[in-house]
Amino acid sequence: MKTKRKNILIIELIGLVLGLLWLSPFYLMIANAFKTKREIFEGVLGIPDSFMIDNFIQAFIDLTFLRSLFNSVLITGLSVAVIIIFSSMAGYALARNKSKLSGVLLLIFVSAMLIPFQSVMIPLVSLFGKVEMLNHAGLIFMYLGFGCSLSIFLYHGAMTGISKSLDEAAIIDGANKLQTFWYIIFPLLKPISVTVAILNVIWIWNDYLLPSLVLSESNATIPLKMFFFFGQYTKQWHLALAGLTLAVIPVIVGYFFAQKQIIEGVSDGAVK
Amino acid sequence: MSNRDLSFWLFLTPVLLGLSLVVIIPFVYGLVYSFTDWDGLTANVFLGLENYINLFKDSEFINALWFTIKFSVVSVILLNILGLVLALLVTRKIQSSNFLRTIFFMPNLIGGLILGFIWQFIFISVFDDIGKALGISALSGWLSTTNTGFWGLVILMCWQMAGYIMIIYIAYLQNIPSELIEAAEIDGANSWQRFRNITFPLVAPAFTISMFLTLSNSFKIYDQNLSLTDGGPFNSTQMVAMEIVRTAFTENEMAYAQAKGIIFFLIVAIIAITQVYYNKKREVDM
Repeated sequence: MKTKRKNILIIELIGLVLGLLWLSPFYLMIANAFKTKREIFEGVLGIPDSFMIDNFIQAFIDLTFLRSLFNSVLITGLSVAVIIIFSSMAGYALARNKSKLSGVLLLIFVSAMLIPFQSVMIPLVSLFGKVEMLNHAGLIFMYLGFGCSLSIFLYHGAMTGISKSLDEAAIIDGANKLQTFWYIIFPLLKPISVTVAILNVIWIWNDYLLPSLVLSESNATIPLKMFFFFGQYTKQWHLALAGLTLAVIPVIVGYFFAQKQIIEGVSDGAVK
Repeated sequence: MSNRDLSFWLFLTPVLLGLSLVVIIPFVYGLVYSFTDWDGLTANVFLGLENYINLFKDSEFINALWFTIKFSVVSVILLNILGLVLALLVTRKIQSSNFLRTIFFMPNLIGGLILGFIWQFIFISVFDDIGKALGISALSGWLSTTNTGFWGLVILMCWQMAGYIMIIYIAYLQNIPSELIEAAEIDGANSWQRFRNITFPLVAPAFTISMFLTLSNSFKIYDQNLSLTDGGPFNSTQMVAMEIVRTAFTENEMAYAQAKGIIFFLIVAIIAITQVYYNKKREVDM
């Protein structure tokens, strides 16, 4: 028994070391974001003496942080809402229709996941450019197109656990198809909706390439603005790191509040 | 809901529109344009296979493809080992288990672009400082050579994705009935034997999933490539996704870039179809 306790202690210690190693990039980012340019030159490992809030103020202004944050929240929020509503409707319709056609449609949606972004981006941008849709609305629509496949697949899978007698009861009570879906089925799909929301938020929030092709700098999201900002401050790490710290904060805050759901959601999305 | 039901189609209209206008129509257009001299606006001459023949003679593209393959193979192996080790670690009865899961998974939530910038600082400034302090010259000048750029990308990828792979392995490890392990323990199996004969076979499906997940993720990587090395030095660490973006939007050779995009699709599709094939086969075996 004694060796067993000793083993656990060793594992605990290995875990601690690995955990610190994993956190070290964040420590290095934050610690150096508070330093002056000179202090960084003198050494990057120590804790800062000066606590330069100025770095953050400058980065906050140059990133037009509140505006970029607003753009990110707006685009991610609306895209995910649109994906959830329309994909759940489609997953429901496909699951309740047992015909061959329905199976073929599901296969098309699933197969579309194989197409990498680089294979469609040029015609996509050209097409949307022609109809003047290279803006927020166009971007949200594109996210629906790219995001619906996986979401429909997950909803379709979740529908197998929901009995058809529920639909029939609602129809007898005089509800139409849309009401049946919205008031009876959609609430039952809540667990999978959380998974769908999490997977899409992570992807859309962090996406850089698509917004860089669609949006101008004035209505940029956080990753896009960060790219321009970083280019401006290449040799000035104190400012660049302050900007990066600001960009990371919203994600860490979100993770802090929804940690359990995020880990479960990602796990479900990968294993299914 | 039958096919003739209006509501069936109404429920599907938004996603059908989305998928066709955003993915299917651009894909078909792209396929057609890849055989022409399309410049993003108009196509005048039908070139047949010329773009495709050219890209196999394009050393920049071939180098990018080769670099991507090397990167993917190394990342897949390291990520799976690391992911399994982390999963085995946090599923032990240790006090910091939940805390460690949280930390290991955290980098996965932050965008590749931002992580690449953070690691650029670490490789350039922090490595240099540590190297000087310890007198190890190999730690200086990272990202300025092809080799250090390669390992820089691998380290970034492992740090970012290991937590994700860990989560997948945990899902399978937790499904192993504890009676099995206990029974083996009573029968006198040591911890290596328990791992080798019980744990490992039962998490094998997780290995298939994570292998293909990491493979397709590393193959399609773009953000990290852009922010960490920007393809440098001299485009030697440029991967396929980035090479296509450059051909299209820096060199403005749209039809040519589109042909590369189609080849890229074929490679990714082959990887994915192999995965489906293996999964099916595994289900039959069980």
